[in-house]
Amino acid sequence: MADLTNHFAGIRSPNPFWLASAPPTDKATNVHRAFEAGWGGVVWKTLGEAGPPVVNVSGPRYGALLTPDRKLLGFNNIELITDRPLQTNLAEMREVKRAWPDRALVASLMVPCTESAWRDILPMVEDTGCDGIELNFGCPHGMSERGMGAAVGQVPEYIQMVTAWCKHYSRLPVIVKLTPNITDIRQPAAAAKRGGADAVSLINTINSIMGVDPDTLQMSPSTGGMGSHGGYCGPAVKPIALNMVAEIGRSADTAGIPISGIGGVGSWRDALDYIALGAGNVQVCTAAMVYGFKIVQEMVDGLSHYMDERGFHSTEDFRGRALKTVTDWQYLNLNAVSKAVIDQDQCIECGRCHIACEDTSHQAISAMKDGVRHFEVKEDECVGCNLCVTVCPVPDCITLRTLAPGELDQRTGQPVPAQPLNWTAHPNNPMRQAAEPA
Amino acid sequence: MSAPSSTVPSTTAEPDIRAARLSAAQYAQHFADAAPRYSRSQALVEAERCLYCFDAPCATACPTGIDVPSFIRRIAEDNLRGAAKAILAANPLGGTCARVCPTEELCEQVCVRTAQQGKPVEIGRLQRYAVDAVMDRPLSTLFPRAAATGRRIAVVGAGPAGLACAVGLARRGHTVVLHDARPKGGGLNEYGLAGYKMADDFARRELDWLLGIGGITLNTGWRLTDRAQLDTLRADHDAVFLAIGLPGTQALAVPGAGLQGVRDAVAFIAELRQSPDKGAIPVGRRVVVIGGGMTAVDAAVQSRLLGAEEVHMVYRRGPGQMGASAAERDWAQTHGVTLHHWLAPEAVLGEQGHAVAVRFAGQALVDGRLQATGTHTTLAADQVFLAIGQTPDTPLLAGTGLALDGGRIVADDDGHTSVPGLYAGGDCRRGGRDLTVAAVEDGKRAAAAIHAHLSTLPTALTPA
Repeated sequence: MADLTNHFAGIRSPNPFWLASAPPTDKATNVHRAFEAGWGGVVWKTLGEAGPPVVNVSGPRYGALLTPDRKLLGFNNIELITDRPLQTNLAEMREVKRAWPDRALVASLMVPCTESAWRDILPMVEDTGCDGIELNFGCPHGMSERGMGAAVGQVPEYIQMVTAWCKHYSRLPVIVKLTPNITDIRQPAAAAKRGGADAVSLINTINSIMGVDPDTLQMSPSTGGMGSHGGYCGPAVKPIALNMVAEIGRSADTAGIPISGIGGVGSWRDALDYIALGAGNVQVCTAAMVYGFKIVQEMVDGLSHYMDERGFHSTEDFRGRALKTVTDWQYLNLNAVSKAVIDQDQCIECGRCHIACEDTSHQAISAMKDGVRHFEVKEDECVGCNLCVTVCPVPDCITLRTLAPGELDQRTGQPVPAQPLNWTAHPNNPMRQAAEPA
Repeated sequence: MSAPSSTVPSTTAEPDIRAARLSAAQYAQHFADAAPRYSRSQALVEAERCLYCFDAPCATACPTGIDVPSFIRRIAEDNLRGAAKAILAANPLGGTCARVCPTEELCEQVCVRTAQQGKPVEIGRLQRYAVDAVMDRPLSTLFPRAAATGRRIAVVGAGPAGLACAVGLARRGHTVVLHDARPKGGGLNEYGLAGYKMADDFARRELDWLLGIGGITLNTGWRLTDRAQLDTLRADHDAVFLAIGLPGTQALAVPGAGLQGVRDAVAFIAELRQSPDKGAIPVGRRVVVIGGGMTAVDAAVQSRLLGAEEVHMVYRRGPGQMGASAAERDWAQTHGVTLHHWLAPEAVLGEQGHAVAVRFAGQALVDGRLQATGTHTTLAADQVFLAIGQTPDTPLLAGTGLALDGGRIVADDDGHTSVPGLYAGGDCRRGGRDLTVAAVEDGKRAAAAIHAHLSTLPTALTPA
């Protein structure tokens, strides 16, 4: 039986599924319900300084990108950090941690970029008995206009400085939550590491505008006729987050730092992606906001079954396995050749592969055979681009077949070379190296 | 299907044919819309199932060539006006066809989703959703009329073919006089279809909407009966389009066919459609419908809906040869109609001048030919409906000088007959498929052909 027990940056939880710091974790009421449903950990909704709390809009805080049957693809919010008094949150956190000692409880923090502000809040937070802190350097709306959130996360020096303060004034594990609204995720991650961070978590939400109301021609959603960019999350952002997770795992400066994967985790498959690319656990928000807390049970169950089938005892057994398969383009084997294959028994003859290839790619799928509607790959034109596989509505009807070394590539008229060849050594590359890189 | 057991007709009771078998609420429920318009949610979800196929088989299967993937995509994008325009450009009677087309034998039969998911995209219902959505605006907002050409065309018959032709000509700026023998236009849409398919007076609403394009004068109660009339029409107009349908019905040539209680199904359906009070229409307690087509189904099902307790639909051949589609047969059976195959009527049995039963002879296909098996089955009946086919207006057509084949007018796909300037389409044309949508295509193509011909002439021959 798979054991999902998770150890992340010194924090133990019964499973790797944590609720991210967000509206679902704003109150004891919600967090109790979450733990009852089975969540392994909770990152409490971000706390700010003592004093008058922030004020949220009393209009739409959320927007979504939906399929026609209203399945949610992407989600956007303009909610700020907790708008409840600091002491109320701290008291509730203390009470929740006592009630659920086996679950991870992490405090998300966002206070101004002064040493005193961090020095003041850290002991109060530690006093709740929580297991760690997460520094919210990612919120892209509202708080960033006040010099916090993403405004800090976009300046590596600030990240390093604040992280160092937190390590200095607290004994708790420090997780630095990164914003994706930057050009190179490795820079803020490295800064966090230099500051002494125990882990990073990513991604926070992405600057986004959901759209425009066609009737009013106002941006949507809007409050009082005006809107402001929000933070984008949900299934649509997962590929962006996965790349950033892999970049941190591959970079010499940051490799090995524990990563809490965030962004579009809605199922065990999503968690698998993150963990296989090196993440130690995952955080979830959107899926819970769409389906409620019970969804964690399907995630836990799915991951357990997968691990049982594969003979994995712990997530450590496969963590980071896929990271080894990520490289730079220049190291891809240009001698490897794939061709699309259409399984005629499964083909429903919609013709989407044909028109996609014909109009936008390589004219490598014919639409007729002996005067009859029939779709077939022209191997002498196919470059193995995967477009047809992608647009085919039938799973596994079109697949890519990798040609064996020595097999004739009908497109080039040459046999597939047995030796790999990447761009660094390719004859067409004027900067080519004599030897293969490591 | 096994042969039904012989039923000994009652000899004691009077034939039981009467009106008002049910309550008003039951009639309202029974004759309500059979497949109500999709909600927006339903339409969006169903539209999402469409794969936007390359060279889509559904569009090829549609006799009017509606670009189905385009109109469905437009529904998905909340562009109902564009969706309706795509439909109506190919088929001005898209609203009726969405309701009555045997889609399971046309567009939906070839939908690739069937191969993948076991059921096609519900193209007909999506089509109705789009067309219904634009009918609160004048048709001319979708298709503005071209500048007046001064040409005048007479269209005889305001059914699907005639209407499609008239609208096609009006759009192109021509002036049309649309004649029809009945008190109302619409042809079979108005008189020949079951009420639940065309609920809420849809045939009239669609007719009014189509005529709203302008340039069409509907002249009802005018019947074309002889060649002199036709010659006058031709003399007074730049072209004449005949879409006179099949006004006759096949007679049943067996003993007892003339007994009371034996009724033409077409007339029954028409009377039912025109009666605002369904309870006013008498129907037998036990009904036998003879025939295997859509008309037989419409008569049989509506008999049940009027309160007939026992309805048998009897066809002399097997299910494979039946005119009624599988969906129509299912529809009949779910409404309590018993289907019988391989039974040919031999005699209507009567008492005191009134039909009480129908005797059938068992049939079998031997070497491709229908032969009597020697068995007999008798079904008791208070009322018998005949739905064994409709016939051309032979007395009229024989005298027109038009080339005929099997009594129907010989014309090409563009409606050209053997007589220059005289066009024909719809059910009266030889080779017609007896489908509303095929009739629409005939009318549409004839309009294009007439327009093309008139465009070659130097000036208008007659004032508008």
